[in-house]
Amino acid sequence: MKGGAGLVSGPAFVFPARLVSPSPASQERHVALSPAIELIGITKRFPGVIANDSVNLTVEEGEIHAICGENGAGKSTLMKILYGMQKADEGVMKVNGQEVSFSSPTEAIAQGIGMVHQHFMLADQMSVIENVILGSEPMKSAGRIDFEGAKARLAEVGAAYGLSVNPDDLVDSLEVGERQRVEIIKVLFRGARILILDEPTAVLVPQEVEELFKNLRELKQDGATILFIDHKLEEVLDISDSITVIRKGKTVATVKASDVTAGDLAELMVGSELPSPTTTEAVVGGDVALEVRNLTVLDEDERPAVNDVSVAVHKGEIVGVAGIEGNGQTELINAIIGIDQPASGQITLLGEDITSASVRHRREAGLGLVPQDRHSEGLLLDAPLWENAALGHQTKAPFAKGIWLDRPGARGRTAEIREEFDVRSPGVDVSARALSGGNQQKLIIGREMSAKPEVLIAAHPTRGIDVGAQADVWNDIRAARANGLATLLFSADLEELIGLSDTIVVMFHGRLVATLDPAEIDPRTLGSYMTGAALAETEGAA
Amino acid sequence: MSNPLVRKIVLALAAPVVAGVFAIIISAIILELSGSDSIQTFQTVLENGAKLETFIDTLNRATPLYLSAVAAAIGFRMNIFNIGVEGQYILAAFVAAVVGSRIDLPGPLHVLVIVLTAMLVGAAFSGLAGLMNITRGVNVVISTIMLNFVATGGIVAALLPRVIEDPTAANQGTPTIAESGRIPNLNGIVEVFTREIGKGRELTGVLMFAVLAGIAFHVVLNRTRLGFDIRASGKNPVAARVGGVPPKRMVMYAMLATGASAGLVGMPEILSDNNAYDQGFIQGLGFAGIAIALLGRNSAGGMVFAALLFGFLDSSSAVLQVRASASSEIVVIMQATFLLAAVVAYEVINRIRQRDEVSRAAQMAGVTS
Repeated sequence: MKGGAGLVSGPAFVFPARLVSPSPASQERHVALSPAIELIGITKRFPGVIANDSVNLTVEEGEIHAICGENGAGKSTLMKILYGMQKADEGVMKVNGQEVSFSSPTEAIAQGIGMVHQHFMLADQMSVIENVILGSEPMKSAGRIDFEGAKARLAEVGAAYGLSVNPDDLVDSLEVGERQRVEIIKVLFRGARILILDEPTAVLVPQEVEELFKNLRELKQDGATILFIDHKLEEVLDISDSITVIRKGKTVATVKASDVTAGDLAELMVGSELPSPTTTEAVVGGDVALEVRNLTVLDEDERPAVNDVSVAVHKGEIVGVAGIEGNGQTELINAIIGIDQPASGQITLLGEDITSASVRHRREAGLGLVPQDRHSEGLLLDAPLWENAALGHQTKAPFAKGIWLDRPGARGRTAEIREEFDVRSPGVDVSARALSGGNQQKLIIGREMSAKPEVLIAAHPTRGIDVGAQADVWNDIRAARANGLATLLFSADLEELIGLSDTIVVMFHGRLVATLDPAEIDPRTLGSYMTGAALAETEGAA
Repeated sequence: MSNPLVRKIVLALAAPVVAGVFAIIISAIILELSGSDSIQTFQTVLENGAKLETFIDTLNRATPLYLSAVAAAIGFRMNIFNIGVEGQYILAAFVAAVVGSRIDLPGPLHVLVIVLTAMLVGAAFSGLAGLMNITRGVNVVISTIMLNFVATGGIVAALLPRVIEDPTAANQGTPTIAESGRIPNLNGIVEVFTREIGKGRELTGVLMFAVLAGIAFHVVLNRTRLGFDIRASGKNPVAARVGGVPPKRMVMYAMLATGASAGLVGMPEILSDNNAYDQGFIQGLGFAGIAIALLGRNSAGGMVFAALLFGFLDSSSAVLQVRASASSEIVVIMQATFLLAAVVAYEVINRIRQRDEVSRAAQMAGVTS
């Protein structure tokens, strides 16, 4: 652990001996008891990515333990491994001191581990009791379900853990918070003593969060162990006893909630050693290419997902947008490219007001897009490469001549892209599905770059691709910047953001909360803004 | 070099051949189980199939099937499951027959007006479902099913009695269209290459429309920007939208084109066979078109084979009925097993092909697979 230097300002921080727990942390309390869960050196690889890189985690019995980290840090993979939904490539799992290996959730349940998923797994048209027993119905003779017995046990479990539900209510008629309670009870009903809750507060309104936390505290009092995944720091500090921070698939530290502030946690999540900016020769000073002014976009519930956002990108400039996912980035991107109509505000492309222009018009006017999800938004997986290269540019040469598709032209351009951007493929006629993720991404970058856009919206341009392809993509973006391309870069990868951007803005709860200079950025500030800790601290002071 | 090519051809032919063999085996088993001689039945079908008249009959039956398949395929290529071709063609044929019987124009113009009327009515009726979809989000499957009933059980059933010419006739229908509104048969063209066609068999001139529709379908879909937008929307609507394809407009285009093509389905009956819409007007072609589009993989060429196959089997059904050597329903069973087997075989072949591609691409990328 080399990151101690940046943490001196944290109160009660003693680095590294107590915070980092590479060895089982049982010497402190419960000397005789073995921890409820112990993960040692868990590693899980997916093609091209390491989701978990020898993760260590120790959860004491009867505590609420939070796992914190950005989206993509590897929290969910770790929990899936613990719950038997995926198998670790390396590492040891111990439950109550006994080494275990799960190949299905059923085996995890048998060991007393239960998981409450972020998206509820309930049958809406069935009653609470039917949902609770679904899949493990208690039987009477002659194949009849023992509803009376089940209800009695449900009442028992409910009383024991202080959770009240009406067994005969239809799930369809329940509020979100109540449904979550049914999910928790369902897990307890099956005898779980260790509960994994995957971002349980994401779907709840504040009052429901309070109710949930009250329930969790009661569960803890009754001896249950709770693993709680979240990235909302205030909540984590409120509810948990211990907190483990995961970053880029590695455990960074395990700390006591009482010993840290939101700022400390934010710093742990972001990392204490930030990469230094590598984009050279700042050439900013060109005209404004893309301007977003006071933009507000409403979500389905008519709440502002993007709230009064203003940002300008000049020619030859890369503006990086930092922020934890789900803070309005997707809505902002969609409004700029024309998928979502903003409620108010203005978007200007090269001086032209494009606020209500069609996607096609924006594309033809020089707006390029590297979408955040290449499979769902960027490619026609079953179509040949040349059709994929034409997508988004099918109205212009060399892909079209008048109303006709120019097949030779399109294939020629695709061959050029393949050459220039090093897309490894047997030809231009294979389907996009056949390519590896890195090569698919290089095809998308190549298609956007070779169309010579004026403004590029790049959303997570190197997500999920290997290091070599990543370096290629970064070089492509830098080269385009040198030629005057204005880029709005959305990324969760701080190395990418700081390494490429001329300016970094931070997005939190739909607003741009800070504008930072990547050369002078420090992790504590960046982390505080990204997680809202900075706002909370100023509000607390006021 | 030649090896991958051979493999490609084998893979392309494997699915239909496997499906055909499977269909024949299943039909043989069912024939034997029902007490018929399967060898003799197949012999009858083949002997009959070798006749020129059967060939003409097959083409006549394949023509509306093909037009119906093209109509369905336009939607399918965009992932729109328009199953309203049935209602669209019946309504279109009815209106076209009424209009055709009430006007008097010189030859080609009369035919043209009838055809255009049918296409317009089909397009408008199909466009209705499209409009409901893009303005109110009504599912096309649901709206087109319901509109089928509106067309056949509602509009046509209500209006037909008002236009019946002779209330005492056995088969009541619209007045017969004048000679100028009939399309000449194509017997002359066929007879250039063959012997004289037996009496009573006429190759419908509507075949030309089917040929044109197939060519237009292929060219627009594969060679134009509009076609690219349609295919992109079908393969990945989100990516197409991000790529500038206006989704609502594409839905309307597809629905209108489907309807216009559906309008032609009833034309053989109106322009060459009956020259009127009557109570015995042929039903079910809209649904058969879905099966043919499926069998022909929504491609212009594939659907030609599928339509000819179904047309031939339909034609054989009549012969089996006459000879009474086996129940004519065996034809329906054969069609169904063929379809089912083909769909499964296509999927299997598709996976083999994808695996081939992935391993080739992986080799290129220097990754060991």
